[in-house]
Amino acid sequence: MSTPDYTRDEMMTIAASRLMWNGCVCFVGIGLPSAAANLARLTHAPGIVLIYESGTIGTKPSVLPLSIGDEDLAETAECLVAIPEIFTYWLQAGRVDVGFLGAAQIDRFGNLNTTAIGDYHAPKVRLPGAGGAPEIAAHAKETFIMLRQSPRSFVDKMDFITSAGYIGDTEARRKAGARGDGPQKIITDLGVLQPDPQSGELTLTGLFQGISVEDVKAATGWPLAVAESLERIPPPGEEELHTLRQLHARTAEAHKRARKLPY
Amino acid sequence: MKHLSLQQAIAEFVKDGQTLAMEGFTHLIPFAAAHEIIRQGRKDLTLMRMTPDIIYDQLIGMGCVSRMIFSWGGNPGVGSLHRLRDAVEKHWPRPIELDERSHAAMAAAYQAGASGLPFAMLAGFVGSDLPSVNPNIRHIECPFTGQRLAAVPALTPDVGIIHAHLADKAGNVLLRGITGVQKEAAMAAREVIVTVEDVVDELDAPQNSVILPSWVVSAVAKVPGGAHPSYVHGVYDRDNAFYQEWDAISRDRDGFRAWIQEYVLDTGDHAGYLARLGARS
Repeated sequence: MSTPDYTRDEMMTIAASRLMWNGCVCFVGIGLPSAAANLARLTHAPGIVLIYESGTIGTKPSVLPLSIGDEDLAETAECLVAIPEIFTYWLQAGRVDVGFLGAAQIDRFGNLNTTAIGDYHAPKVRLPGAGGAPEIAAHAKETFIMLRQSPRSFVDKMDFITSAGYIGDTEARRKAGARGDGPQKIITDLGVLQPDPQSGELTLTGLFQGISVEDVKAATGWPLAVAESLERIPPPGEEELHTLRQLHARTAEAHKRARKLPY
Repeated sequence: MKHLSLQQAIAEFVKDGQTLAMEGFTHLIPFAAAHEIIRQGRKDLTLMRMTPDIIYDQLIGMGCVSRMIFSWGGNPGVGSLHRLRDAVEKHWPRPIELDERSHAAMAAAYQAGASGLPFAMLAGFVGSDLPSVNPNIRHIECPFTGQRLAAVPALTPDVGIIHAHLADKAGNVLLRGITGVQKEAAMAAREVIVTVEDVVDELDAPQNSVILPSWVVSAVAKVPGGAHPSYVHGVYDRDNAFYQEWDAISRDRDGFRAWIQEYVLDTGDHAGYLARLGARS
């Protein structure tokens, strides 16, 4: 097997960006989702509407934000609203097509943990917490999730459900009162998983070049379901890779700019 | 409304055991006010804030905080808040009680507080375990449709503290850019302290600007650079390098305490803090 001239993170970001479409209204989480959503905007989906929870709607940042409320997001937004409004008129009312999230842990029903590893009241590792995710996962018409795949992140039994996927099955999600359809695409550094339409159980549906089903199974903490026909996801195109690398280079440059103290 | 020095404003309005909301979503975070609270050694505070950020990491690490109401406790774009984690995982320097919600629930609870309502409701926490560990997240039924909704108690801080671009001589306050939940937090609070970049004769702001009239503000203190290391839109940039450096500074207890001693306790005021940071970089 020859070594491809791109990284797994690049492949993952590019594969995720291909799933976005022009005109899609996307509520973007920071990190990998933000890179993928902006790559889509800079390549095949210039009309994508990016919403960040800081209240920036239709934003077109020149570099990837380090925080979710960077000045560039406000400067380039179509409109800027207060935070209570972003979570009510825009998210809760059902105006978001895709909620694009990351997580520390995911289980086989697409439930996410960003709260704690171990007992909540005496955690082994305290994670940052919910942020906007519980309501994004509930109200966006569908949810895309990006996280690197390993037995530590794809777990059989999760200590804490911060944000719901299908909970125990698709019926459980519906009964809990979720408006949106839940996690539809899970993009990892090995391939893509999608829920079984009946049970909601995540199923491997796509593989990146050079990755085998066994690789993915070994990186999953439960006996992984595999689709009958697996898509072999094409490697990065020249333009995709070039645009992504330029975006990262601009971002690194901007974030390491010498400190200019006020006054 | 009175114009005070920051030192006077904190001394007069912030007392041990109070509940404080110091808001600013990435933008306009009132760091100078937090540093002054550390210098004046306030204790047993209940702090509320959507994103505790470095500002609460510092207050928690100095033992000022007994309880925190929040929704996302990380160092944005960098990783963990080590002082928060140490307090939660190892109870250092003291145990901290958490009332943990989501962003949507925090925002709604500030709105309820600002509106004189006892609680906020939202279509929230669907399928989440948070209600099972936080008795402040409960459910109600819509009296008209029967829809099940989440409810959280209103947030009503004793003191709301924010940083803003400008105040005028009369004490009217203007915020620009990302304004987060600052208006809601201020209107929900009993007393409001605003630090500002500058004080001018007239705000001369466009209609529909985010303005807090002087008569809902308790004190205005002019503190240029008062949001560092966060930013003030159009005035100075977010100090992203500092957010990254904080990861190392805050990782161990001694390093953290030494930093606070050098840059906060020994500098006297915010001008001293900025001068010392400037001398280093």
